Amino acid sequence: MSDTSNVVKGEDTPKSEKIGAQDTVAPADDPTAAPVPVVDPRLLVREEGLKGYVTEFKRKIKGGELGSLPVFIGLIVIWTIFQSQNSRFLSADNLSNISYFLSATGMLAIGLVFVLLLGEIDLSVGSVSGLASTVFAVFVVNHGMNGWLALVLTIVTGVGIGALQGWFFAKIGVPAFVVTLAGFLGWNGLMLWLLGSSGTINIPDDSGPVHLFGQNSFFMDQAIVGAYLLAGLAVVLSLVGNLGEQRRRKAAGVPFRPTSEILLRVGALAVAAFVAAAVLNSSAGVSNALVIFLAALVIVDFVLRRTTYGRKVFAVGGGIEAARRAGISVPMVRITVFAISGGFAALGGMFFAGQTASATLNAGGGNTLMLAIAAAVIGGTSLFGGRGSVWSALLGMLVIQSIQTGLDLLNMNTSIQYMITGAVLLGAVVIDSVSRRSQKAAGRA
Amino acid sequence: MSATPVLALRGVSKRFGAVQALTDVELEVHAGEVVALVGDNGAGKSTLVKTIAGVHPIDEGVIEWEGRPVSITKPHDAQGLGVATVYQDLALCDNLDVVGNLFLGRELLHRGVIDEVSMEKQARELLSTLSIRIPSVRIPIASLSGGQRQVVAIARALIGDPKVVILDEPTAALGVEQTAQVLDLVERLRERNLGVILISHNMADVKAVADTVAVLRLGKNNGSFPVKSTSHEEIIAAITGATDNAVTRRAERRTTEAAK
Repeated sequence: MSDTSNVVKGEDTPKSEKIGAQDTVAPADDPTAAPVPVVDPRLLVREEGLKGYVTEFKRKIKGGELGSLPVFIGLIVIWTIFQSQNSRFLSADNLSNISYFLSATGMLAIGLVFVLLLGEIDLSVGSVSGLASTVFAVFVVNHGMNGWLALVLTIVTGVGIGALQGWFFAKIGVPAFVVTLAGFLGWNGLMLWLLGSSGTINIPDDSGPVHLFGQNSFFMDQAIVGAYLLAGLAVVLSLVGNLGEQRRRKAAGVPFRPTSEILLRVGALAVAAFVAAAVLNSSAGVSNALVIFLAALVIVDFVLRRTTYGRKVFAVGGGIEAARRAGISVPMVRITVFAISGGFAALGGMFFAGQTASATLNAGGGNTLMLAIAAAVIGGTSLFGGRGSVWSALLGMLVIQSIQTGLDLLNMNTSIQYMITGAVLLGAVVIDSVSRRSQKAAGRA
Repeated sequence: MSATPVLALRGVSKRFGAVQALTDVELEVHAGEVVALVGDNGAGKSTLVKTIAGVHPIDEGVIEWEGRPVSITKPHDAQGLGVATVYQDLALCDNLDVVGNLFLGRELLHRGVIDEVSMEKQARELLSTLSIRIPSVRIPIASLSGGQRQVVAIARALIGDPKVVILDEPTAALGVEQTAQVLDLVERLRERNLGVILISHNMADVKAVADTVAVLRLGKNNGSFPVKSTSHEEIIAAITGATDNAVTRRAERRTTEAAK
C-alpha cells in the first residue's frame, strides 16, 4: 500500500472484470449518506491481463510479501551451480532421487508448518522420527507384529509424544522451545536405549509399510500411465475446484476470479505436473513415498484452509487474545498442533526406515531437524506465526534436497554439508525476518 | 421504548479482596436505547461491564434479562443471552482478513467445510447496511486504520444477532472523522432496536448519541439523567461528586477573566 505510483487504482480501470457487481448500493435507512460504491476507490484492484500481474507482483515484493519467490530464485541458483559442477545433476535419475528423498524430511516439515503457524517451534521432530523407526523395528522384528499394525502404533506413539509436549506447553506454561529441546535429547536417549548394544535393527523389506516407503516401490508398479494419471488428476481437480468456486461466487454476487486467470493458473500447474511426470517416467516412475507425501499435502492443505480447525490454528497464531475471546480453546489448539507435529514426525521416521530398511543409531540425528525447519521457512511459512501454507513443505524440501543431493554428487564431506545447511537455515530465517519488517512498514503485518 | 428493560441490574455488588468495586449498582437498558456509562477512572465502569459480559461474576444482586433473573458466570452465558461486548483493545487477528475476523469462532459451514462464499456475501451485506466503508472484505486486518478496525470490531459483535451491545471507549483512539463514523454506527445500532451501553470519557460523544447517562462514582450509582434535559455541568458534577470541583473552578475562572 506504500507505493501508488505504479499501481492501478480501481477507479482507473473501467475494464476491470474482477469485481462481480459493479453497481452501487445506497443504504436504505439513511437517505443523506452518499451511495457507497461496491468498489472502494482506495482499493488497489489488479488490472486484467499480464500487465496487471506484473504490477501486482511488484507491489507485493515491495510490501515484503515474497511468497514462493525465494524458493524459485533459490532453485534456479542451486540447480545452475550444481549442474555446472556435475552434468549428472539435472539428469532424470538424479531428479527422481531428489523427488524420493525429499518426502521423508518433507513429512517432518508438514508437522512443523502447523507448529510454526502458532508462532512456536518443535525441536523434537528429528529425535521423534528416529525413535519412531526404532519403535517400529522393535514391534516388527523383536515382537513379530504385523507391519501395518506396527505402523499405526508407531504413529500413535508419535501423536502421544507430541500431545505430551503440547500439554506441558499449553497447560503448565513451559516455553515450547524448552519442552521440545528436552524432547530432542530425551527421545533420542530413549531410542538409543531401545536399540541397546546391537546398534542397528534390520527390518525385512517384505514387511508391508517398509517396502511401501522404500526406494523400490513405485506408483502402479512403474506403469508409464501412472505418473500421467496423477498429473491429470491434479489438473482436473484444480480446474473443477476453481470453476466451481467461480460459479458459486458469481451466484452469490461476490468478486470472483475471471476465467482467463483460472485457465492461466491451471495451465501453469498442468505444465509443471506433466513435465515432472515425464521426467520421473524417463527414470523409474513415481515413488510411492512421493505419492503419499503429496496426498498428505493435499489433505493437510484442505484441513488448514477449509475447516474450522484450520481457521482456529491461524487465529491462535495471529492473536491469542482475539482467539480466546472468539471462544476458541487455545490450549486445545496448542496440544493438538503439537500432537499433529509428533504424528508427522513419526510418519517421517517410517520413511527414513524405508530408505535404509533398518533402524539405526543415526536415524533422525545430525541435521534432520535443521533441514525440516529450513524447508518450512524457505517455503514461505513464517517463524513468527499466523502466515504460511503447507505447500511450503514441498517447495522448501525441493531446495533442501537439491542441495543435499548435489553435495552428495560432489562427494562433499559431512563437515561441509553441516556448514552449508546451517548457512541455508540462517539465510531462510533472515529472509523471513526482513520480509516481515517490510510487511510491517507496508501495513500488512 | 419498551416497558420492560432488556437488561437490568438490581443492587449489584462486586468485591475484589479488600476492595468493594461495586456497591448496590442499578442499571437499566431498554431496546433501542443508548445508555452512556460515565465516571472517573476507577469508578467501576469497566468492572460493571465485565460483570454483564460474564468476565467477573457478581457477588450480590440480580441481573435481569427481559424481566427474568438470569445467572451470568462466564462469557459464554452472556453471549448465549445476546450480549456482545467490544473491548477497548479490539482483539482482532491481524493475519486474518475482514471476513475471517467477522466470523471467527462461528464460521458458516457448507457440508462441514468453511463456506467462504456465504460468509463473504453476508459480511458485505452487513457492512453495507451499516454504511461501513472498508476497501475490501478480503484484506488482512493489519492493513486497516484504527477507525476501520473499530468499526470491524463493532460489526463483528453484530454477527451473532445480539440484543445488547457494550462498547468500551469506542472513540478513545480515533480521529475526528473516524469518531463521527463510529457515532453514526452507534445510532444505527439504536435504529436496529438494540440496547447499547456506551462507556466514554468524552462528554461531546455522550451528548451526541446517548439517550440516558448513568453516572458511577466510587462504585456506586450517582444519578441517571436523560441527556436532552441535562446540562454538561450537571453530568460533570455527578461524576466528580460536587458542584465545586476542578472543572467548574476552571470554567468560573474563564468567565471572570472574560468579563474583565
